Amino acid sequence: MSGESFLFTVFALATCVSAIAVVVSQTVVRMAFWLVISLGSTAALFFLAHADFVGAAQLLVYVGGTLVLLVFGVMLTASGPYLKIATSPGETVLAGFLGLLFLFVVFGSVSGVEWRKPVAVVDANVSTGAVGNTLRPLGLSFLGARPDVDINADVKHKKAGYLLPFEIVSVHLLVVLIGASYLARAKRRSQAAG
Amino acid sequence: MFMAADLNAYLLVGAVLFVCGVICMATKRNGIGVLMGVELVLNGANVNFVAFSRFTDLGLDGQVFSLFVIVLAAAEAAVALAIALNFYNNHLTIDVDRANKLKG
Repeated sequence: MSGESFLFTVFALATCVSAIAVVVSQTVVRMAFWLVISLGSTAALFFLAHADFVGAAQLLVYVGGTLVLLVFGVMLTASGPYLKIATSPGETVLAGFLGLLFLFVVFGSVSGVEWRKPVAVVDANVSTGAVGNTLRPLGLSFLGARPDVDINADVKHKKAGYLLPFEIVSVHLLVVLIGASYLARAKRRSQAAG
Repeated sequence: MFMAADLNAYLLVGAVLFVCGVICMATKRNGIGVLMGVELVLNGANVNFVAFSRFTDLGLDGQVFSLFVIVLAAAEAAVALAIALNFYNNHLTIDVDRANKLKG
């Protein structure tokens, strides 16, 4: 228990501090670096919350894919490696003040709620794997079966799974790929004509 | 001395990520910086989903939703970067304050 809270404190602090550093730092390369730290620590928080597959997907897709894409965007759009587009100091002070206020409002309202305690511990590991081994239940739920909630439920309360959203997301990714390559293509001919 | 890893601690981390992302979106004038703010906001939502999946009887649904959020964030980053590259090709800057051609 103590080890878990120690690890949680370390990674929560890393996440929050580097998220604040993303806001504070001025050059976009440093922002990308701090974003790597923040997203990686968030993946560690997912591992601590017994969501192994989500943590691994976060590392692979976010830290490995999206951030590389962002860094490529930085390289392709900056005229120098440390391009600075500064905000005025008045705006910075105002943003800090508003951010603190907003954080108090959000966390005050969220922590004031009495969240429903679980009536029965939902065991997501129907495969009797180790704690946090959610790969098989996740895969089954994407195929449309929910063994983790369906085992003890009668027919009326059975859940449907996530087959249709999974298909929609797949088609969406294909459309996005085509659209992104269409948008980012080079248009030399029209520039030469104009 | 250390924070207990309960629901409220996870919600605090999620709130900090969300607020940082909103401030980042509002104050950065670099287009890529605005994109990073969006990533932070989506990440804060993911932390909340996973925390509710762990500490309430939401169960596996929270993890499935956070997977969908991760995939959609990747798609959004690809399209937004394509738009940013197009904008840079036309204007030779990434400053979002200069993007006023659609003004009536």
